[in-house]
Amino acid sequence: MPYRRDLLKGLGYGALAASMPGISLASAETDSRLVVMILRGAADGLAMLAPYGEPGYSGLRGQLALAPPGTEGGLLKLDGLFGLHPSFTFLHGLYQENQVLPIHAVATPYRERSHFDAQNLLENGTTQPGGARDGWLNRALAPLNDSSGKETAIAMAQNTPLILRGSEAASSWSPSTLPDADEETLRRIRKLYENDEFFASRLQQALESQDIAGDLSSSSRRRNKLRQSKEMMQATARFLKTPDGPRIAVIESGGWDTHFNQGAATGSLANKFRDLDSNLNDFKQAMGSAWSSTVVAVVTEFGRTVRVNGTRGTDHGTAAVALLLGGAIDGGRIIADWPGLQTSALYEGRDLKPTLDLRSIFKGVLADHLDIDSAFLDQKVFPDSGSIAVMDGLIRKT
Amino acid sequence: MATPVKIETVIAANRFGLGARPGDLKSINEDPKSWLLEQLSGPPRLSHVFSVLDNSADILVELEKARELRRQEKKQNENKSRSPKSYGSTVRHYYMQQTTARYVSATSTDYPFHERLVHFWSNHFAISADKQPIPALAGSFENEAIRPNISGKFSDLLLAAEKHPAMLLYLDNQRSVGPGSKLARKAGKRQPDRKIGLNENLAREILELHTLGVDGGYSQADVTSFARALTGWSVGGGKGRKQAGVPGRFHFRKDIHEPGSVEILGKYYTEKDMAQAEGILTDLAIHPSTARHIASKLARHFVADEPPVSLIDTLTRTFIKSGGDLKSLYTALVQAEEAWQGVFGKYKTPEDFVISTFRAFEYVPQNVRTTFAALEMMGQAPYQPGSPAGWPDTAEQWGGADSLYKRIEWSNGIARKVGKRSDPLELAEFVLGPALGQYSRSSIARAESLDQGLTLLLVSPEFQRR
Repeated sequence: MPYRRDLLKGLGYGALAASMPGISLASAETDSRLVVMILRGAADGLAMLAPYGEPGYSGLRGQLALAPPGTEGGLLKLDGLFGLHPSFTFLHGLYQENQVLPIHAVATPYRERSHFDAQNLLENGTTQPGGARDGWLNRALAPLNDSSGKETAIAMAQNTPLILRGSEAASSWSPSTLPDADEETLRRIRKLYENDEFFASRLQQALESQDIAGDLSSSSRRRNKLRQSKEMMQATARFLKTPDGPRIAVIESGGWDTHFNQGAATGSLANKFRDLDSNLNDFKQAMGSAWSSTVVAVVTEFGRTVRVNGTRGTDHGTAAVALLLGGAIDGGRIIADWPGLQTSALYEGRDLKPTLDLRSIFKGVLADHLDIDSAFLDQKVFPDSGSIAVMDGLIRKT
Repeated sequence: MATPVKIETVIAANRFGLGARPGDLKSINEDPKSWLLEQLSGPPRLSHVFSVLDNSADILVELEKARELRRQEKKQNENKSRSPKSYGSTVRHYYMQQTTARYVSATSTDYPFHERLVHFWSNHFAISADKQPIPALAGSFENEAIRPNISGKFSDLLLAAEKHPAMLLYLDNQRSVGPGSKLARKAGKRQPDRKIGLNENLAREILELHTLGVDGGYSQADVTSFARALTGWSVGGGKGRKQAGVPGRFHFRKDIHEPGSVEILGKYYTEKDMAQAEGILTDLAIHPSTARHIASKLARHFVADEPPVSLIDTLTRTFIKSGGDLKSLYTALVQAEEAWQGVFGKYKTPEDFVISTFRAFEYVPQNVRTTFAALEMMGQAPYQPGSPAGWPDTAEQWGGADSLYKRIEWSNGIARKVGKRSDPLELAEFVLGPALGQYSRSSIARAESLDQGLTLLLVSPEFQRR
């Protein structure tokens, strides 16, 4: 959509002019890409990565228990204790290529069971709901954002989620079937917003995103959910691959709160896992060679109860699974300080006990993948988290 | 000569209402506060657009028929084409019909403050249309449980919302079974390994979202006890021997209710059956934590993202003193000085931006398909907040760059489509009066076409805020 580029240039946005193909500099220091995908609603970690080797597993999980590897509809074997849910065929293959690193029994510092507080804390990076007004990923941008005012990060949504909100510039984008506004009107709106920082900054960010997204934003009707999310994954890849475009993206996915009839090898949760698996596959394909410098972190606010509830589902729990994947990940192994499922080992007698702080994983990725200084991580990105170690070795040594 | 429009008039119409229509500012200019307060009394504001809609019980029966038809067809002819009236299209039919009614009412009502309160409470007790069969019920929930109860006691509103089949289905309570109930004991004898029991979803969200608030001082044990008390709160239906209650209506299933007393927030509830959870809800409805939770939400919704503590205090006191009388609460809000400070305390939500645009154009949409799609793209698909927490109430949650860009694209299109022939400056005078700043005024005045002028008006900071 060249006219938008003209519009930006005409208004004196030198940074964007510099992003014209041919004269752009591939900024080497931020060549690493990071995608954080938030599964909202508490995805069931014990279904994602099931401890089939645990003696109590199938008894506790009852109707929701997944069959052991090698049987009909059985788990996809990772080792003698854990198997991936049978829906994760792409991830299983990628695990064999050492590009998937599942981490079990992780949790944020939050120990209550409200989705909304838990998500707030997962995104604000403190130990309290409402503990910060901005998101940890936004704070992590400070050493990455250069002086040109270009955004390093983008939320694939109409509105920026908390994790990416804050004083560092970050953009947002989602597909549109609305008719384009004409250039002259946009020019006048920019002028109209001149004295209002709230509107001016947002319009500027939106115009820059439009410039990269180009014809993606006018693609046709999207009825089918999976196709819709496939387009979202492809758009994410397009942003991350654009020279001088964003290097960090946040994607959200909803509907993981499986209180009722969650199913086992088949059923509603199995379908959601299949879509997730296929979306991640789409994203890898769309990234092409840039996949090798990419990390995707798939996280959720908390886990679900070990036992089945009264309605063939699970209620809010504590520890869950985090998945790291990408060409830059040193995978093909599982990280877990496995607490076990005996009643005495459960948190409050009902949930998988957390043995690893999710911040430790985020810190490991930010330190080794994006070269962010560990003191900065301890103090600014995750305030007062000096006692939470930066997890080493998540990223492949090159 | 007519009196110039007062700033309070603009605040009344835009901050407390759904946006001025041409003529509105003039007609309420004399006494904007009374104009607001008068909307709270008098006959129930039930517009005819709602009276023609099917009620939720009939809808649930229709849906069950459609589901049964689907099952039969699946059994009989696996390869043949689907019936013309599938389950999905039945759901969509109701969803669109109810959504249309909502926007017809919002864009044409003479009681916009009343309508705002309906929207506020409907969002407080959010049921989200991304889970079946909620799309078919979200509007009827609003019209049956919320609309008739917004000016009475909060306890009545609370009970109506929690007993509505849509709420019970949304938060999975219909099949939550007491482990010591008759049914569970019988089932335990027959199939000892098949586990039926509690689902704590509804109990938790009532405490966290509908009443006390997340810091309201309850524990996991309170959640579990409350879930026990709520067992049996279900929806009538079923077939043959399993048939119970009136299909599609609230039904208390004694056979799955957990017997015995429960302790919640240190108080024992010894009531039997349905009265037990009713007793708990009645107490929760007037609890000081509930008062503060509701007061904060109301102040944040109408006045400012960070409302003055003094205002929250006033509203909390009113709530407690009146035993949760909602009309007293709204009156305290309207009478509070803090509620009239500044003209631009709030950034409109996408929905209220769209509604206020239609009101400015005196346009009442008869088919909301395109409006639905536009709202979806701005991040606020009708009745679909995505979680029981409802839509957020702060600019930082709505202020995404992309969302603003969608507002701009939509304004540009709608100005051409429905804004025809309006003079932009005259319209600006009609809907913003003295609130329109000089800078925006001259930008609009210099527009190269009427369409462009209207677009500039709609996207102007003054129109986007309230």
